[in-house]
This record gives sequence, structure tokens and C-alpha cells, in this order.
Amino acid sequence: MGNPCAVIGVGQTHYRTSRRDVSIAGLVREAALRALADAGLTFKDIDAVVVGKAPDLFEGVMMPESYLADALGAAGKPMMRVHTAGSVGGSTALVGASLVQGGVHDRVLVVAFEKQSESNATWALSTHLPFSASLVVGAGGYFAPHIREYMRRSGAPGHVGTLVAVKDRLNALKNPYAHLKIPGIDRRMVESTPMLWEPIRYLETCPSSDGACAMVLASESAVTGTPAWVHGTAMRSEPITRADRDTVSPQAGKDCAADVYRQAGITDPRRQIDVAEVYVPFSWYEPMWLENLGFAAEGEGWKLTESGATALDGDIPWNASGGVLSSNPIGASGLIRFAEAAQQVRGMAGEHQVDGARTALGHAYGGGSQFFAMWIVGRERL
Amino acid sequence: MRDVAVVAFAQTRHTGQDTGLTESELIQPVIEEAKERSGLKRFGFTCSGSCDYLAGAPFSFVSALDALGAWPPISESHVEMDGAWALYEAWVRLQHGDIDSALVYGFGKSSLGDLDRIMTLQLDPYYLAPLGLDRLSCAALQANAVGADRKELTEIVRRSRADGRRNPYALDLPDPEDGEEPFAVRPLSRGEVPPITDGAAAIVLAAGDLAGRIHARPAYIRGIAHRIEPHYLGMRDLTRSPSAADAARAAGVGKSPVEVAELHAQFPHEEIILRAALELPGDTVINPSGGPLAANPVMATGLIRIGEAARRIHDGDARRTVAHAAGGPCLQHNLVTVLEA
Repeated sequence: MGNPCAVIGVGQTHYRTSRRDVSIAGLVREAALRALADAGLTFKDIDAVVVGKAPDLFEGVMMPESYLADALGAAGKPMMRVHTAGSVGGSTALVGASLVQGGVHDRVLVVAFEKQSESNATWALSTHLPFSASLVVGAGGYFAPHIREYMRRSGAPGHVGTLVAVKDRLNALKNPYAHLKIPGIDRRMVESTPMLWEPIRYLETCPSSDGACAMVLASESAVTGTPAWVHGTAMRSEPITRADRDTVSPQAGKDCAADVYRQAGITDPRRQIDVAEVYVPFSWYEPMWLENLGFAAEGEGWKLTESGATALDGDIPWNASGGVLSSNPIGASGLIRFAEAAQQVRGMAGEHQVDGARTALGHAYGGGSQFFAMWIVGRERL
Repeated sequence: MRDVAVVAFAQTRHTGQDTGLTESELIQPVIEEAKERSGLKRFGFTCSGSCDYLAGAPFSFVSALDALGAWPPISESHVEMDGAWALYEAWVRLQHGDIDSALVYGFGKSSLGDLDRIMTLQLDPYYLAPLGLDRLSCAALQANAVGADRKELTEIVRRSRADGRRNPYALDLPDPEDGEEPFAVRPLSRGEVPPITDGAAAIVLAAGDLAGRIHARPAYIRGIAHRIEPHYLGMRDLTRSPSAADAARAAGVGKSPVEVAELHAQFPHEEIILRAALELPGDTVINPSGGPLAANPVMATGLIRIGEAARRIHDGDARRTVAHAAGGPCLQHNLVTVLEA
């Protein structure tokens, strides 16, 4: 795992349907300046900048890091651009952390963003090369069959997705940056919204957001302020077309979790992890990932959700921030998970703080459930 | 820093037109060759570089994973940059000390679209891209600023094309015509424009003892660094490349003589700027492969420079070589690698 690395600054923009008041550069700079202020630093203190975002087609700007170099104070420094599909926000944090863990830099600024109001995400996800299959269904249409297969296998009752949709939106009411704030949200409200992709209803899906998130990562000697120490980092990928891959509980997700748990010394995630920020873009992915990540036995994830264990006052809160279901600037969504995990162990999560959180999981996935990025952060140095 | 070496390099026989291969089909043989040459079937880390806009579709790297046979699942990442930066990310990852090998690849089919118009979409979307400033116009602005002697530019093209014809992987391109060639964009003549190219390349990195076990003459990375400059051309002195100079200093280019330099100079005036920035002595052989003027598979061109520079060491032809990769308009972003036997 290399040298110790800590998160010493976190900055987020408010997530909105459309940020017409700022350019793309203005958006990323807003998050970057907040992260720097949190760390008590300026751009001068930063050695390198890592930018992440999902497909460039989302904004129609090819390799926008070239244009963002100025706004992110990167001129004269190394700058990198990560793209690993939906997991990219997580991967961006990991590439930044790697620069510190590898002993190359002492302070790295990582920034991820999406300004989805600039285009249509479903269109951008559905274009394809000649002679390759495209369902032209966007993400919801792609994942719905996997969810139905999960329900078939586990025998989960149909209302479990609704519970997640309500729980995450209740958490979002406590998060000042969250996009969707729906006072009075309850099961009836969710169940009254249109069915988009069986079994996913309108309020069981993530919004399309504009927003950016940034973190300052530091080596041990360069720590300022309150650190969240990185206890483990891992990425895993598997091919999308392999015939016998299990898209409901992908092997890459299991392997990634096993790797990051081994580094962090975690043998019982439900007991040892205090709070998890997990990429749940459609409600049912909470029970599915509860199993994939080893918080529940196979077929038992939905029972954990149903019991209230993953609520803010449960024994293993998932997505205390409101999660992807409440804010989804796609390329940033993974980094927000990683950043919120860090905020919890720094004790700086505000109203959605989980009392006494010492160890947290940040998780992101992407592509056809085939790209995974995870980290474990802790209050103490490992 | 931990000793990391290039121990295998493979590239496609690049083509000047679409041959009907998908990107997965393009890279699969190259990856197989890199695996065969290194004798490794699995790698501690895998990283690639590509650009969605070349294919005009999202996630070009997703189907590339199918070509890798990434099963059981692999530790893998991707940069939306030239494959040279994927190599940099892998080199950093190898510094952690827990893994000893990495597979790096880059690929691109610039035949699929109008590269000049596509590259325009890389510019500031509010103030620059709407002007329609394209790749050739950017390069022409810089060529004009450099104000190089026409003979010198023609000689660079002539040398590159001749070297390219001797390189079985590069394109077979004619010498620039004597006398006045028509302008692409003044002062750039059509003969000074890099060819549209489809291609891919792969490199295997090995750390510690593994390098010596794989190759009798590993090409050790003795320095590697990159820097970016402001995006706006008006904020830069286009006659120089301070970012390439900084990267070269950080990588230690000047510590001892450089026998061969492979430069990601897509236009002849860029070679002049880079030679000065890297402070390369007059006897350094530049782009013996023919360089980007002989084959320019966008997103792999920079990685190929590292591969070609390493190959000179693998073959015993050189003991110290330098590779350079660039990104962004007018050499905005520069990566310099120093390789030694």
C-alpha cells in the first residue's frame, strides 16, 4: 500500500439540476477552493492535480482537463485525467492517493465533476459503434434486468427498493449539498411515482445533477488540519461480455472488497465498519451491494435493509449523505462517496454525522457492473 | 525510487486508413505479443489510454477489456490521455512496492472521424471552441511564432519520412515535394502534417528482480515527470515549452548524454521547440523510428515513443535514451521519460 496518505480537505458544490450561474471551470474551481480552504492551503501548496469525470460526451468537451488546467491552478504542475466509467470518481481518489502512497508527491488535489445539464446523459450513454450491440436504454434500462434477477434469486419482497428510496432521501434532508430534498417523503409517495424500468420507479432512481467534489490528499509529513487516514485502496475490473460473469453480484466487486478489507484488517465488515458510502444509483442496489460487499450473506441483503440496520440510526448506516439517489453528478458521484466516508471519520459530516464513526467505506462502480473502486478510511493511522 | 523497467514493447503495423478492425480487435494481438514477449500472463496492475471522441462513442476502453481477457478480474484503471500517461500511472503504482508488473496500452483510430474538427472540441468550450480553431490552425499559430527556417522544417519531414519507410510499423510516406508545397494552414505546408493513423501499442513494466528475469537488457526508467501549461495560447510564449523543460529537468535528462530521443513532435516546428526545451545535444539521434510524422495513432503515439526509446536499449543499440509525450493544443502538456540500460 506504500506510504501513509490522508484526506486533509474536502470541498463540494451544492448539487443542482442545473448550475447555469457557473461555467464548467467555475464549477470545479468552487469545489477545489472549498477543499483547499478546509485544508488551510492554497493552490501554491499543491504538487499535482488529478481530474476525473465520466464520458466527455456528457458535456461535449473532449478531454476537458486541458481547458481546466488554469482554473485548477495546475499550470506548471503534473495533471492527470482519469476515466473509468461510473466508478471514475472513486478511481480519481485512488490515482491521487497512489501519487502520495508511491512517494511521488506530498499534496495532491483530486477533483471530479459532471455538468449534466449541458447535455442528455441517456443519449450520451447510448451511442455506439457500428456493429456493436446497443440497447439504447441508458443506465436504468441496462440495470433493471439485473435487479429483477436479484429479486428472483433472493425472493425479496417488492417494497424493499421503496424503503431505500425513502431512507436515502430522509438522509438527504440533513445534507446541505444534496440535490433532491423531498420533505415528507414516504413509501406512498415513492409508490405513486411512474414505473420507469420495472421494478424501478421514478423516485427509486438517481437524479441528473450538476456538481463537483474535490479533496486534498497529503503524505504524513504534509498533513494539516483533521486527517482521515487511508487504510486501504483497491480497483477491480472484469470484461462486460464474458458469458458466465454474474452481473448481479460481480466477482470484481467481491475481489475488490476482499482486497481493500485485507489491507485495512477488516474481517467482519458489518461489525468493523461504522458507516458506508456506497454507489447506489437505483434503490435495489443497496441490498445487492450489501451482499456483494459482505455485509450480509447471499440472499440476505434485503433483510438488513428491511430491518432498518442501514438507516442513519441503524447499526451500519449506508449513505448517511443521501447517496447517489439524492445527488448524482455522474463523474463526481464516486468521489463524493469517498469524500463523505472521509468526512464521517473526520467527524465533519455535520447533521448526517454518524456518532463515533472511526472506520468508513467509500465505494463506486461503473460500466456494466464491471468497474469497482473502493477505499477504507479511518480516524486513526493504520 | 524503486527500479522499474520497460521489459516488453509491441505495436500494430499502423495503417493510414480504417481496415475494418474494432478497437478490441486492434489491440488484442498487441497485448498477446506483449504477454508473449514478457512471458507474463497476469499483471499486478493494468492501465490504458484512449479517447472516446475518436470513435464518437462513450467508453472506448470498456470493450478493450474484452480483448485483455480480464478474468479473474484485474486491478485496472484508464486515463483519457495518451497511453504514455497510463504508463506514468502504472510506474507510480509500482512504487508502492506490493506488485512487480504492469501492462500498459494505448490505442486510437483517427481514421473514423475528422481529426481536425474533433481536436477543436478539446478547447475551452466557451471562448475557443466556438471560434472553430482547429488542430492545424493551432499548430500553424505556433509554427508562425517559431518562425523556423523552411529548409530546416523540410529536412525534419524528409528525415522522418525516410526513417518511417525503414520502420516496418510506420507508414510508407513519400518525401515532401521539392519547392513550394501547398499550404495546409499558412505557414504549415500539407507535407508537414502528420498522417491520419490507426494503431495501438502495449508495454510491460517490471520492477525489482523481475525486470532482469524477463529481459537480458531491461530499459530502466531513471526519471519520469510531466507538467502542464495554461490552456489559453495567448497566455503562453509559443516559441518555447517551459513545461517540457521543467519535466526534462525533473526527469534528469541533462545528467548525462542522450543517444536517442523519441519526441512526440507531430509537426516539424515542435521538434525544434522540444530539442531546445530538453536541451538535447546536436549528436542526439531524433526519432529514428520516423516519429509522429511517419505514424501518428493518436492516444498511442506518446506511448510508442517510450516503446521505441526502450527498444534501442533492448537491442543494445543505445545505453541512454529519452522519450517524450505531449497532449493538449500546441504542446500544452509534456511528459519526459529517461531510460537507461
